[in-house]
Amino acid sequence: MGYLENIPSLAYFSPEILLVVFAAAVIILDLLIKNRESQKTAYLALVGLGCTLVAIIITNSFSDANETKNLFFGMIRLDGFAVFFKILLLLATAATILFSLRSEELDAKLKGEYYALLLAVTFGMFLMASSTNLLMIFISLETVSLTSYILAGFLTHSPRSSEAAFKYITYGAVASGTMLFGLSLIFGMVGSGDLATIGQQLPIVLANGNVTALGVLIAITFILAGIGYKIASVPFHMWSPDVYEGAPIPITAFLSVASKAAGFALFLRFFHSGFGKPEVVQSIDLGLLLAIVSALTMTIGNLAALPQQNVKRLLAYSSIAHGGYLLMGAVLLTNGDAAIVNKGIGAIIFYLIVYFFMNLGAFYVVVLMANEAGTEMIEGYRGLSSRAPLVAGAMAIFLFSLTGIPFLAGFFGKWVLFTAVLEGKLYWLAFVGLINSVISLYYYARIAKAMYFEAAEDTDRLSFSKGTFALLSVFVVPTIFIGLLNIFYSLSENIKLQ
Amino acid sequence: MLLSLMIFVPLLGMIVVLLLPRDSEELIKRVTLGFTLIPLILAVYLFIDYKSTPDTQYAVSVPWIDAFNINYHIGIDGLSVTLMLLTALLGPICVLASWRNIEKGIKAYMALFLLLETGMLGFFAALDLFLFFVFFELTLLPMYFLIGVWGGPRREYAAIKFFLYTLFGSVLMLVALIAVYLSSGIPGERTFDIPTLITLAGTPGHALADPTFQIWVFLGFFIGFAVKVPIFPFHTWLPDAHVEAPTAISVILAGVLLKMGTYGLVRINMAMFPEGMAFFSNGIGFWGNSLALLGFVNIVYGSFCALAQTDFKKLVAYSSIGHMGFVILGLAARNTMGVSGAILQMFNHGVISAMLFLLVGVLYDRAHHREINGFGGLAGKMPIYAGFTTLAFMASLGLPGLSGFVGEALSLLGAFDTFKVLTILSTIGIVVGAAYFLWTLQRVFLGKLNPKYEELPEINKREILTLVPLGILTIVLGIWPNFALDMFRESVDELVTLMNTFQAGL
Repeated sequence: MGYLENIPSLAYFSPEILLVVFAAAVIILDLLIKNRESQKTAYLALVGLGCTLVAIIITNSFSDANETKNLFFGMIRLDGFAVFFKILLLLATAATILFSLRSEELDAKLKGEYYALLLAVTFGMFLMASSTNLLMIFISLETVSLTSYILAGFLTHSPRSSEAAFKYITYGAVASGTMLFGLSLIFGMVGSGDLATIGQQLPIVLANGNVTALGVLIAITFILAGIGYKIASVPFHMWSPDVYEGAPIPITAFLSVASKAAGFALFLRFFHSGFGKPEVVQSIDLGLLLAIVSALTMTIGNLAALPQQNVKRLLAYSSIAHGGYLLMGAVLLTNGDAAIVNKGIGAIIFYLIVYFFMNLGAFYVVVLMANEAGTEMIEGYRGLSSRAPLVAGAMAIFLFSLTGIPFLAGFFGKWVLFTAVLEGKLYWLAFVGLINSVISLYYYARIAKAMYFEAAEDTDRLSFSKGTFALLSVFVVPTIFIGLLNIFYSLSENIKLQ
Repeated sequence: MLLSLMIFVPLLGMIVVLLLPRDSEELIKRVTLGFTLIPLILAVYLFIDYKSTPDTQYAVSVPWIDAFNINYHIGIDGLSVTLMLLTALLGPICVLASWRNIEKGIKAYMALFLLLETGMLGFFAALDLFLFFVFFELTLLPMYFLIGVWGGPRREYAAIKFFLYTLFGSVLMLVALIAVYLSSGIPGERTFDIPTLITLAGTPGHALADPTFQIWVFLGFFIGFAVKVPIFPFHTWLPDAHVEAPTAISVILAGVLLKMGTYGLVRINMAMFPEGMAFFSNGIGFWGNSLALLGFVNIVYGSFCALAQTDFKKLVAYSSIGHMGFVILGLAARNTMGVSGAILQMFNHGVISAMLFLLVGVLYDRAHHREINGFGGLAGKMPIYAGFTTLAFMASLGLPGLSGFVGEALSLLGAFDTFKVLTILSTIGIVVGAAYFLWTLQRVFLGKLNPKYEELPEINKREILTLVPLGILTIVLGIWPNFALDMFRESVDELVTLMNTFQAGL
């Protein structure tokens, strides 16, 4: 497989370059504007995202959609998979900026840096979705981690936020270190950092006995610590409830969707190109390990969500559980049959699209409630159906979609995942997943119950602007219709990894 | 087209209701009534126009989700047209029954009710397994809110219990559903089409026809439907849901939602998994008697529980469990008489239990309690009401000449062929049924009038209007059961022939 040299690569790298340019521009603009309350930096950041989106589309149309480009001597790959994740991540960042515009938690003085950091973290995530070299993978992961630490601790006046950032950085440092060790082991085994080379060499060194299967398993397990930390899978999930609870709500939403999506993008590409060969999969029994991690992640996430009183924290645990569902699809990567592997990847992609809308939507309602009703607790949602019927209705739709109740998108997401898992003959895992869906109903329904069945102490109607409803409908409409339309199924089926 | 119109008119009604201003309550009620009358008119037309052949009629098939070969495939046969008529009939009746006693949020109530009706009608017409499942689940959310928001004191508990139980059943059904889909062919040729799947499952050598496979998927679907019916031991949500639900919702719950469970058993479990069905009801050994045993337990357990109740509504709820037992017993018989009896019993129970819940509602609206022992001598005060109640009680306890008798008798006669002992023991349920109904009649209507109720007003015209059509059906079907039996005779014959070719040769 050929690759492009540095200079010709730059044209294809323009989306990332634009992000960095705009991040710098946001900082400069922040220095120039006098009015500290101004939202100009946010709009500049949005313009930057818009330009990046255009650049993604243009660079992609340079070449045939199925043709992949290996940039910078094979450090980064541009393919349909990367393009899909870049667009998803970009939209998540745009949503986060829109949430932040209306959020009253954030310190207006620091907003310039805040938006610049959001663009920087998006840049890191773009790299996560496209890196094909161990070194590049580590750098991209660290770029995202370091910026996320700052964003999580952005509420400088709140001890909770500082605690969150501190926890995040402590766990993150350990996870990165462990991962780096694993990466160095792999490098030692095959003598190359290139994923494609690892993929070719690993079966050979395994076959000629230079490397034992146990050694590879240990290395992968170490690497999984780093990736598992990003997608908040058990046992590397401990940071996430505290961080999600302490961070500004838009950042929580961002971490739960974008960070998870980027983590899965990295996971899928890394595993598929580096360790996806049937010979490798058969000699190291990684499938069982992943399946157990997946089952534990969803079960622990759901059980821990049951007693939560804080909606933000509840959604944090719920997003751990959803990470577990997504991991079921990742388990299929260890299946020897290429058709099933592709089904697994397709299912994860489809689920991420659905999850993007329903989870961000739910978090948006949390933002609105924190602003208007001044509460993050479930009690604060009591009687919302009469105080703000449309917002309550939207929240109910998001919650039942997260549960997976039919005709809402969440059901179709789970449907695609479970069909793939059953096709991969992982019956017990599918069963655990389905029982978990039933458990999750209980805590999602608690919020619905508070909104609809209980009377409010404070009966004033809440008023929201037209823009709020417009943004809300951007999430509600897809949550109702994604599953009913053909387009998203074919989209997720057509995105393949080579 | 006609069928789709019938299914989606209530959904359209929901959108219209949501767009109306929330203060114009009278308008909302009238619009809802109008949107429930349209399906009724269409259902009556379909019922008359329906030709009794085993073929599906009014079939429509449009591709929907290509990735999984899912089609929007609907159509009716004798069984579904009967139950759709029942659903469409109960729609306007329930709207009328909610006219005065829904105090808050009438707009949301009516909107959810219309959504519920779409789910129910679609369920009975669906001929694509996936569509079938989606419609089945579509009834969950409206029901949860209808019980949870407008229910009695323990409504939150009842609503979540209903939701959790049903969802638990549904996920097992979902696994079975995916298993059927994956086994239906090689990738690219898989299908959800119910008629196709039935043919494949009857083709020797096909993966779907494998007996062990059939038994497992049978169980998956069975538990899903058993929660809905409800079959012991999955029944405990029902009394709670009934007691807390508002009158009209109890009517729908008993009248239609429970039938969704038994309809699913006929449509999926019996037709698609005849080998599995035979395994559980061929009368050989423990497993061969298990389905009939469950029917028997439902009958006897439900009846005795009803006997012990002092809450009028709970009594009717437990009597429902008992009467649904006859349906299970009749289906387990796997012969023409038993299956026809079971289907007739579904329809009859829908009509009679709807009447019973309406009558309980009438009394509750006046006295604001349902304690059977708190009344007495009401016959003198409310003679018309007493008359309707007596009719409903007699029909429900199985008095010959009224509809309840025919269905139960046919079910028992059919089941006697295979399950002699269980059938004989099941008749205990009829005796106990007579006991609790007559005893209730005595406690509520005879004896000395409780002085508190000197001023109790007689049943009003609107309430009579809701009861009359159901009363007429009870009498007509009692005297002339062929009116309904003719509708599904051909469909039942075909089903029984299909099932008789399988005797679980494990």
